[in-house]
Amino acid sequence: MRTLDVEIPSDIGQIERVVDLVQRECAEMAYAPRQVSLNVPVALSEAISNAILRGNGEDPEKQVRIRARVDASELVVEVEDEGEGFDLTECTSNDPTRPENLENEQGRGLFLMQRLMDRVERTRRPEGGGNIVRMTLRRAS
Amino acid sequence: MSFSIKKEGEVVVVDVEGQLIVGNRQELKQKVLDELEKGEKRFLIDFSQTGYIDSSGLGVLVSLSKKIREQGGELRLANLNDDLKTLFELTKLDTLFQIADTRERALSSF
Repeated sequence: MRTLDVEIPSDIGQIERVVDLVQRECAEMAYAPRQVSLNVPVALSEAISNAILRGNGEDPEKQVRIRARVDASELVVEVEDEGEGFDLTECTSNDPTRPENLENEQGRGLFLMQRLMDRVERTRRPEGGGNIVRMTLRRAS
Repeated sequence: MSFSIKKEGEVVVVDVEGQLIVGNRQELKQKVLDELEKGEKRFLIDFSQTGYIDSSGLGVLVSLSKKIREQGGELRLANLNDDLKTLFELTKLDTLFQIADTRERALSSF
């Protein structure tokens, strides 16, 4: 089992570096190439981006913590912010693939997370004042 | 990650090198809008050197497509790898864009 625990400031320029770290861990554990090159980076990029933009409102004083656990059966990655939170159900109630929504610039983030991961859950931080989005992907080889 | 722009005949061709994500989407948008403002009408975005695209990157493509169309122009995409094709299919954006397998086919389709 491999683990990763990284804290970054609320800066969208940091996303790619963290995504790259998690991708490498999945590649090391021989996850399917498609999972390494598509599912993991896109879903994780969305989750971190949500945490920075929606959770922390890009407040430079607030941090985003990314914890990943990768083993031979699954990847579990948690993205934790310090914000007020957003409702997953509310965010996904508008199906971005409906013809009337196709030309919307926004509204695909959580949709992609849910399509590319096996499970996406949101909880509040036990100590309060933040959200944790936990995503699970079963390893395919 | 970077974008390079060059003119091939009457078409402005943009190569996306690396990722197209929330951190660099505005740069792509501005580069294309600058060309549109100069009067260019035909645009091709080539993804042969692209890694992954997130929802913000997809959103910028949608936005550019609308703006180019409003100015009487056309935007086409080329060279999506299998991952990117899956992404466009999942989001049904493959129905919104004209997507060519190769740069040459895209250029000759204008």
